[in-house]
Amino acid sequence: MSELFSSIFSVNFGFAILRVMTPLLFPAIGIAISTMAGSQNIAMEGSMLIAAFFGVIVGALTGSLALALIAGIAAGVLLCMILGYFHLKLKADIFLSAVALNMFASGITIFLLFMITGDKGSTSSLKSPIFPNFHIPLIEKIPIIGGIISGHNVLTYVALLSVPLFFILMFKTPLGLRIRAVGQNPDAAESVGIDVNRTKMYALMISGVFAALGGLYLSMGYVSWFSRDMTAGRGFIAIAAATLGGMMPVGLLLSSLFFAFVSAVAIYIASLNIPSELIQLIPYLTTVIALAVFSGRATRKKKEKAAAEMAQKKLEQQGQQ
Amino acid sequence: MDKWILKYFTLIRVMIALIIGVAVTILMIYLISEYPGESLKYFFTGPLVSKGRLFNILEMAAPMIFCGVAIALSFQADQFNLGAEGSFIIAAAVGTAFAVSTNMPAFIHIPLVLLVAGATGAAWSLIPGILKAKWKASELVSSLMMNYVALYLSLFLINSYFRDLDAGFLVSLRLPETALFTQFLPGTRMHFGIILAVIAALAAYYFLYHTTSGYEFRQTGYNKQFARFGGINIIKVIIMSQVLLGFVAGVGGVSEVMGIHGRFLWQGFPNYGWDGIIVAIIGRSHPILIIFSSLLLAYLRVGGQVLNLMGDVPAELVNVIQSLIILLITAEAFLGQWKYRITRRQAEKEEAAK
Repeated sequence: MSELFSSIFSVNFGFAILRVMTPLLFPAIGIAISTMAGSQNIAMEGSMLIAAFFGVIVGALTGSLALALIAGIAAGVLLCMILGYFHLKLKADIFLSAVALNMFASGITIFLLFMITGDKGSTSSLKSPIFPNFHIPLIEKIPIIGGIISGHNVLTYVALLSVPLFFILMFKTPLGLRIRAVGQNPDAAESVGIDVNRTKMYALMISGVFAALGGLYLSMGYVSWFSRDMTAGRGFIAIAAATLGGMMPVGLLLSSLFFAFVSAVAIYIASLNIPSELIQLIPYLTTVIALAVFSGRATRKKKEKAAAEMAQKKLEQQGQQ
Repeated sequence: MDKWILKYFTLIRVMIALIIGVAVTILMIYLISEYPGESLKYFFTGPLVSKGRLFNILEMAAPMIFCGVAIALSFQADQFNLGAEGSFIIAAAVGTAFAVSTNMPAFIHIPLVLLVAGATGAAWSLIPGILKAKWKASELVSSLMMNYVALYLSLFLINSYFRDLDAGFLVSLRLPETALFTQFLPGTRMHFGIILAVIAALAAYYFLYHTTSGYEFRQTGYNKQFARFGGINIIKVIIMSQVLLGFVAGVGGVSEVMGIHGRFLWQGFPNYGWDGIIVAIIGRSHPILIIFSSLLLAYLRVGGQVLNLMGDVPAELVNVIQSLIILLITAEAFLGQWKYRITRRQAEKEEAAK
C-alpha cells in the first residue's frame, strides 16, 4: 500500500495526469460547445480518429508539422460538417448520424492505412514529425511543481489554454451568445434574426476543431504514429467528462483531471497486480450519480418555478376579483 | 403507381440507400483492386458458395438480432439508449458466473441461466430508465456510462473469481455441459441461440403490434404529447422499454457464451450494441425486418472477410459502406423532394377526379 502511495504522490505521477488529461479535455470542450448549441456532437470519437490519421499521413508525406496540423483539423472539422449537413439539412437524427460517422471514421482510417502502408495495424513504418515538448522558463526551475507542469507537449498547454478560450468564446463574444441562445431556445433566437442552422453548424465546426486537436495530440504527441482505433473510446469518455463538468470551463478542467487521475491510478495499480477494474469504473459511476443529482435538481427547480408561477397567477386573479 | 410509392415510401428509401451502398462498394472495389472482377466475386458470392460460410452468416447474425431487437424496443418508444452493449456484457458475465457455480440437469440449467442473464440485463438497463423517467436525465449519456461500468464490473467478476488459470489467457472457466446449447448440425457451430434470436424477434413483433402495451410503446414513440393526452402512462412505457431492452440484450449476451464460446472471453466491448443499432436502423425498428437486416449485415461482414482473405481489398470496406447506408436511411429529408412531388401529383389527380 505504501508503495502505491509513494508512487501516486510523485512528480512522475503528476506529470502523467496532465499527459492523460490532454486527449480528454479537448473533446470535452468540443462536446460542451455543441451541447450548448443544442446539438450534442457524439461524433467526437470519429473526428479525433480521422484527424489523428490525416495528421500523421500528411506529416509523413510533407515532413511539415504545420501542414499536418492543418490537414488534421480540416479532416476533423469536415467530419463534423458532414454531421451538420445530415442533421440540419437532411433532418437526420444527430445521434444516429454521429454513430454512423464514428463507424465511418474507424473504417476509412484502417482502409486508407492499409492502402497507403500495406499494414492494418499502425503507421510505425512512416516517419512523421511530432509536436515538440515545451519547457516553461522559470517555472521549470521550481521543485516538484516545475517537474509536473513543465516539459509537456505543446498541445497539452494548448488544451489548458483552451479552457479560458472556451470561456471567452462562449460568454464574451457575439458568436458565443448566439450559440447559447440557439441552444436554449431556438424559436426565440430565430425571432430575433439569428440563423439557427448556421449557428449550429458553426458550433459543430468549432467542436470539430477541438476534437481534431485531441486526435492530433494522440498520434503526434502522446505517441508518434497512428494505430487503428487509437482513440479507444476517449471521444465517449469526453461525453462523461463534459457531463460531469456541467459544460462549464472550470468544471470541464476538473472533470478531465479527475478522469485522468483515475486512469493513471488504474495503470499504477495494475502494475502492482491488484485488480484495477473496480478503480476504472469509478469515474463512470460518478458521472451517472452526478447526472442523476443534476437532473433531479433541475427537475425540482422547474417544478418549484411552475408552482410559484401558479401561485402568482392565483394571487393576481384574486386581486382582480 | 404513385399511391404504391407513397405507401411503401420508407421501405423504398431504405432500398435505395442499400442500392447506393452496393454501388459505392462496387465502385470502390473497381478503383482499388488490381483484379476487380475477381474481388467482386469474392465479396458478393464468396459468402454463399461454401456451406461453412453460410453458417458463419447465421451464427454471426444471432447476437445482432438480439441486440437489434432490444434496441428496436427502445427506439419504438423514442428512447435513444446505447445500453444494449452494457446489458449484453454484464448479463454474459453474471450468467457465466451463475452457470459455472451451479450444477443441475440441463433442462432446468439452461432456462435458469438464460433467466438469470436476462434479469441481470434488465436490472442493469433499469437504471438509465429510472433516471430518464424520473428526472429526465439523458438516457444516451447515462446508458453510455453504464456500459463502461458494466464492462469493468464484468471483467472484475470474471478475472477475479471465475478465471480459468489453466487457460493461459484471460478467460472464464468453461461452462458445465448442462448449461451449454447443443450444436445441432455436425461440422457447424449452429446452436439453439440462433433459433432463440428468431423467437425473440417474433415475440417482440407480437408484443409491439398485437398487444396494448406495444401500442402504447409505438404511440409514445410517435407522439409523446398525444400519447399523454390519450391516457398513456409515459413513465411506465419508458421504464418498460428499457427493461425489455436489457432483458433481450442480456439473453443475447449469455447465449453467445452458451452457444459459441462456452466461456466468457471478452476483455473489452464486443461491440454488439453498435451492431444492434445498425441493424435496428436498417430494419426501421421492425423486429421481423431486423432479422433480415442482421442477415444482410452478417452477409456483408463475411463477404468483407472473404475479400480480405482472398482478394486485395481490406475488410473495413464494409464499415465504410454500412455507415454510408445508415447515414442515408436516417436522413429523413433524403428523397424528400421526390416524395413531395409525388404527394402533390397524387393530390392533384384526386382533386381532378372529383
